[in-house]
Amino acid sequence: MDNNTLSLFAGIGGLLLLASLIGRLLKWRAGPAPHAVIDNLNARINAWWVMVLVIGLAFLFGKLGVILLFYCVSFYALREFLTLTPTRRSDYPALVAAFYVALPVQYLLIAMDWYGLFSIFIPVYLFLLLPILASFGGDTTRFLERASKVQWGLMIAVYCLSSVPALMTLEIPGYEGRNLLLIAWLILVVQISDVLQYVCGKLFGKHKVAPKLSPSKTVEGLVGGVALATLIGATLCWITPFSFWQAALMALTVNLMGFAGGLVMSAIKRDRGVKDWGHMIEGHGGMLDRMDSVCFAAPVFFHFVRYWWV
Amino acid sequence: MLAALTAFAITSVARLITGARALWLGCTPQPVQRLYYANHSSHGDFVLIWASLPQPLRQHTRPVAGADYWQKPGIRQFLIKRVFNGVLIERQHSDAISNPLQPIQETLAQGDSLIFFPEGTRNLSDEPLLAFKSGLFHLASAHPQVEVIPVWIANLNRVMPKGRALPLPLLCTLSFGEPLHLQADESKHAFLDRARQALLALAPKES
Repeated sequence: MDNNTLSLFAGIGGLLLLASLIGRLLKWRAGPAPHAVIDNLNARINAWWVMVLVIGLAFLFGKLGVILLFYCVSFYALREFLTLTPTRRSDYPALVAAFYVALPVQYLLIAMDWYGLFSIFIPVYLFLLLPILASFGGDTTRFLERASKVQWGLMIAVYCLSSVPALMTLEIPGYEGRNLLLIAWLILVVQISDVLQYVCGKLFGKHKVAPKLSPSKTVEGLVGGVALATLIGATLCWITPFSFWQAALMALTVNLMGFAGGLVMSAIKRDRGVKDWGHMIEGHGGMLDRMDSVCFAAPVFFHFVRYWWV
Repeated sequence: MLAALTAFAITSVARLITGARALWLGCTPQPVQRLYYANHSSHGDFVLIWASLPQPLRQHTRPVAGADYWQKPGIRQFLIKRVFNGVLIERQHSDAISNPLQPIQETLAQGDSLIFFPEGTRNLSDEPLLAFKSGLFHLASAHPQVEVIPVWIANLNRVMPKGRALPLPLLCTLSFGEPLHLQADESKHAFLDRARQALLALAPKES
């Protein structure tokens, strides 16, 4: 890890320390009785400590560490997605292909730097292979719906999320050997936008953006969170290959994509009648609840950087 | 020693693959004598229930399994006898005199808890739950002190579909419902129907 990475993590650590202090203070002021919002806030902050620690550990191992980390993230996300979207018995071969072929091969291709294949492997080859496998089962009940579920799960949980470690494969002139910082910037900006939207919404939220999709998202939270996160992204331009204004535009793009991702994934959850994708992250819900914004922001970010900076 | 290690390995692997989560909706894990009855779609069903019980309860909770499948010498017999301490029953009883429920009755009389599948066989149909065999009623009426607890196992039929070797790493949930007791003048049919409805009520709703 170089000095930039260290100071970045030190900054995040300081921020978390502050958040933990505020959380404890709120809890102390509210008294010993259980308080849903404050207890959930503290659970979220505690989980952030663990998540930052895991990301930090992965960064220690460089490119391989990030690839392995996101392999696991994709695995948990895919399993949550396919658990919530029911399939039938004859979808088994397609599901085997998704878990045991598509997922490892996608990350292997990224490890091999094979852009020409990892960028089309799932959207072209798996897109066609999955319904072929499903058709062998001979079951036509809701066929298109079932085939799409597996395709969608793979696109969101594997293809879109793998755009994050794919940033390691980009050769940006004048930015050699620092791609890990670009990943750190992306995750930090998108996640802090989620956090600030939540905080601004809790403090000032009045008007709901999409009451049917996500009752907790408000206009005040959206505007405040995205504006602040964009500002943070811009002031962190020293760890990116971007200038201040470029960083601001990029941050705005990923924040808006992240917000939209949260809405879309929320719509799927509501339709399935659940509040969270899973239960693995205390206070946050499942892996997909934490990564829904990254799923939508990362591929666009990857291709913007590749188009304009490589 | 080997049995304990195997038990640890199997429950760990089962939890890792299925991410099994126990929801104690109608009761809490307590050391009282119970008859857990569940939907049955895979050989892994009892393993998952067994794995989701706290260790002290596990020692006194014995799965009921079909002798025709488990009594093959070798690994199966070792697993069911030594690891899970299962109670084997003959499903195809040839002579009309012997009572196939006899070993189960004896186990309950000893004070142990049981894991029981009232459908009698694995459900491989599209129906969520097959009709119950009468065994559950006979056990409940012979041992009124035992809490009869419905357990719905969600998704394990997708994790381990019949005839497939490789399990899929999807998440499973076990919902433990409220204890049932046989009422004073309840008929066999009424009790079995009530038990079946109580189990179905725990199943997640499909849209």
